[in-house]
Amino acid sequence: MLIFEQSHRGRGANAQFPADNDDISSLPAGALRSSKPNLPEVSEMQVVRHFTRLSQKNFSIDTHFYPLGSCTMKYNPRACNTLASLPEFTGRHPLGPSLHGQGFLSCMYELQGMLKDVTGMQAVSLSPAAGAQGEFAGVAMIKAYHDDRNDTARSEILVPDAAHGTNPASAVMCGYKVKEIPTGKNGDVDIEALKEAVGPQTAGIMLTNPSTLGVFDRKIKEIAGIVHDAGGLLYYDGANLNAILGKVRPGDMGFDVIHMNLHKTFSTPHGGGGPGAGPVGVSKRLKPYLPVPIVGKKEGQYVLLDENDYPQSIGRMSAFAGNAGVLLRAYIYARMLGREGMPRVAEFATLNANYLLKRLMDVGYTAAYPERRATHEFILTLKKQAKELNVTAMDVAKRLLDYDFHAPTTYFPLLIPECLLIEPTETEAKETLDDFVETMAVILKEAEADSSLLKGAPYTLPVKRLDDVKAVKQLDVVWKRAEG
Amino acid sequence: MPFIPHSEHDISRMLSTIGVDTIDDLFDEIPDNLRCGELEQIPTGMNEMEVSRLLRDKAAQDGLPLCFLGAGAYEHHIPAAVWEITTRGEFYSAYTPYQAEASQGTLQLLYEYQSMMASLMGMDVSNASLYDGASALAEAVLMAVRANRKSKSRKILMPLSINPVYRSVTQAIVQNQNIELVDVPFDAATGQTDLTALEQYAGEDIAAIVIPQPNFFGVLENVDALTTWAIENKTLSIAVVNPMAMALLKPPGEWADSGVDIVCGEGQPLGVPLASGGPYFGFMCCKQQHVRQMPGRIIGRTTDLDGKEGFTLTLQAREQHIRRSKATSNICTNQGLLVTAATIYMSLLGPEGLKKVALNSHKNTQLLINRLTAINSVELAFASATFHECVITVEADAKQLIETLAEKSHILAGFDVSVSYPELGNALLVCATETRTEKDIEQFANVLNSYLNS
Ligand SMILES: Cc1ncc(COP(=O)(O)O)c(C=O)c1O
Repeated sequence: MLIFEQSHRGRGANAQFPADNDDISSLPAGALRSSKPNLPEVSEMQVVRHFTRLSQKNFSIDTHFYPLGSCTMKYNPRACNTLASLPEFTGRHPLGPSLHGQGFLSCMYELQGMLKDVTGMQAVSLSPAAGAQGEFAGVAMIKAYHDDRNDTARSEILVPDAAHGTNPASAVMCGYKVKEIPTGKNGDVDIEALKEAVGPQTAGIMLTNPSTLGVFDRKIKEIAGIVHDAGGLLYYDGANLNAILGKVRPGDMGFDVIHMNLHKTFSTPHGGGGPGAGPVGVSKRLKPYLPVPIVGKKEGQYVLLDENDYPQSIGRMSAFAGNAGVLLRAYIYARMLGREGMPRVAEFATLNANYLLKRLMDVGYTAAYPERRATHEFILTLKKQAKELNVTAMDVAKRLLDYDFHAPTTYFPLLIPECLLIEPTETEAKETLDDFVETMAVILKEAEADSSLLKGAPYTLPVKRLDDVKAVKQLDVVWKRAEG
Repeated sequence: MPFIPHSEHDISRMLSTIGVDTIDDLFDEIPDNLRCGELEQIPTGMNEMEVSRLLRDKAAQDGLPLCFLGAGAYEHHIPAAVWEITTRGEFYSAYTPYQAEASQGTLQLLYEYQSMMASLMGMDVSNASLYDGASALAEAVLMAVRANRKSKSRKILMPLSINPVYRSVTQAIVQNQNIELVDVPFDAATGQTDLTALEQYAGEDIAAIVIPQPNFFGVLENVDALTTWAIENKTLSIAVVNPMAMALLKPPGEWADSGVDIVCGEGQPLGVPLASGGPYFGFMCCKQQHVRQMPGRIIGRTTDLDGKEGFTLTLQAREQHIRRSKATSNICTNQGLLVTAATIYMSLLGPEGLKKVALNSHKNTQLLINRLTAINSVELAFASATFHECVITVEADAKQLIETLAEKSHILAGFDVSVSYPELGNALLVCATETRTEKDIEQFANVLNSYLNS
């Protein structure tokens, strides 16, 4: 039942209401609201019960194995939330003087330093609110760099066909055309195609390494050389940083600019869709263009540096200093891991992924790149099952839900038919992976016995498969009180 | 090992299943010359007790000063239930609801949010959030340029009375798409957008006009006249509003004859703590006819195989994961958890409570104005009705004043507007929400009086 359907005129969570105050004489009558907004009129307990029960209809990391490829659904330590919620942190006004922010700002300053070190970049700005905004900032910096050198014929950004959708979308928001680069047979970028694609029109390339195909591009140095020789810059999509944290640094691979998804690698929660944080790191030549504010130190005090300190900055991405509370959680996580904990993240994420891949292959699944080492994630393709058994990746994904496992990422990257992108993360124990394998084996047997069973899944959740076509055709996105 | 469950035994069994000797062998495809050494700038790890001590010490350094600062982020009371429920693991640690059947909690909540927000704004539809208020305005501008198919100009009229940082964020985000933001001045006496200054654009091809309510100075704009101007000039209109104010003030869907086209703004006042500026959430609503140009996720109600009601992401063909370079926006991760808090907040307050919060904030600001303007040499900058913020002028250096009051009296005296508006002289934007008591206001007035007049 919707919260609106529990509403009773005149009811309310009165303990939350400030004093009665009906005098509105200081406001012009014409400016006032006459209609009553459709907000529920319910008691506090009704609200608590309604939303608690809604929460129970979700899968989450705290309740389920969530092997969603490319999303790094690892445990979100509770301490990060508890400490970031200390009243001085939650109560701090963003425009308050830095005097009343030395504690908070020192965390941000240290976080910038740690991110710089772990990525091998020269400078970091924490301000982008998520990965996509980091991409926008990064590509905007590439554009500002070329523009400053009057190199204005560079109108194109290269993007591999395996790239995440945000990559091309961000490039277009920066005014670029997008040219797709095909992937070679083994999962690495097709070098010949790249050589053909680069030219005086190339502003840069956006790459993830390891790529979204779950393999590390071994020719990265060669790619960097080709793009740099053509005058373009290299952008690193840091969504997969978990695979190489503390092992390989994007700066050492030759990247000029990167974003990190702290809501993946640094374990801040996804919150059912967000918030994230997408700090950007740059090499020396892009440093002047970083988005502001940036935390700096002046006369022993931490301060927010702005346009006056960075006159060539691409500007501000949000009203204040980005998703500060997310950054604080990432800082706490980074301090708990420390320098020895970071490479361990990559090691155990990789161990779990390779183990899971091996075992899934042993029970009859097909790897997209069987001859390659898995990184922190890998791809299965159900092309064979689709053809022989009429079972799709979607069917397997939905059936997994019945067995209390969140589904892997489906149908991404688009170039692998019927794919499942699986990322177990380092925080899962062996026995969870084993249970998952056993369930996947059972599902395969079910498919072989009667594919219609999978077509109807899930059966045990609050709803069965939903009609997405109807959701578009009979668009119902806002509840309205029934007439009469 | 922090957050890694593997025992030595697990590790050796897993390695032997894979068929390698060491974990390091799993990195054998990575060229040796790319491997980095120890991360020297990163301190060694801490356990939870140690990191707790560290963070508590840092928090204590920041203190909790008495806040009369607004300027886009507002201190309101947040009911205890809001974050108790929001931080339940099932909401806190879930991903974007791509697997609808396993995410009905988040999806239904978002549908309820969209319904509440659309109604609060008097609009047809709402999306499920953008990053923050300022970037939401940038997205609204991009959306208006797409939606206004008759316009070729890519020109946006942007009042100077809008929060200056919203203007600069919008500029930063739209500048590479050849969109021009044209300043519209405000009347020096009223602080409202100067309607006569709009006359020069009559008949010109303008893609959209931006209308703030209240504006950056806390002043109520003549929103009906501005919206009428947009309608008469066949220009799209974008409202930027404080959602709390809309419990009290006429919502953008009711401005002039037919309302505005797009509404956006900062959702922070609805249950989100100040927290140094984020995470907050941007909201966006629009008329039905523009829904396919809207950026961000939208949740729809539909039915399942058995005909049972359920919720799912809809109109996904607008989004980057489907449309890639032709998407309406690059946004993917949004601010879902903040919307969770806002939905619970709006449910607790309801129409009555929300109006009371707005009204008490307004009343406290009226009291603040009375007390401050009673001080010798403190004046109101504009003779206009305000919501819960106003600009005062003082005969002292505003920056110095703010720093001294913060340091000596732990009072945040307001925002120094003279940086962006030197023509206003030494001016402070001050705010009092429902959380300020008469005693707080008295204390501020006394401290300010002795600073200015002794
Ligand atoms: C490979 C990749 N790139 C970019 C992004 C975009 O990041 P965000 O969702 O934080 O905007 C994602 C995740 O969603 C991703 O998986």
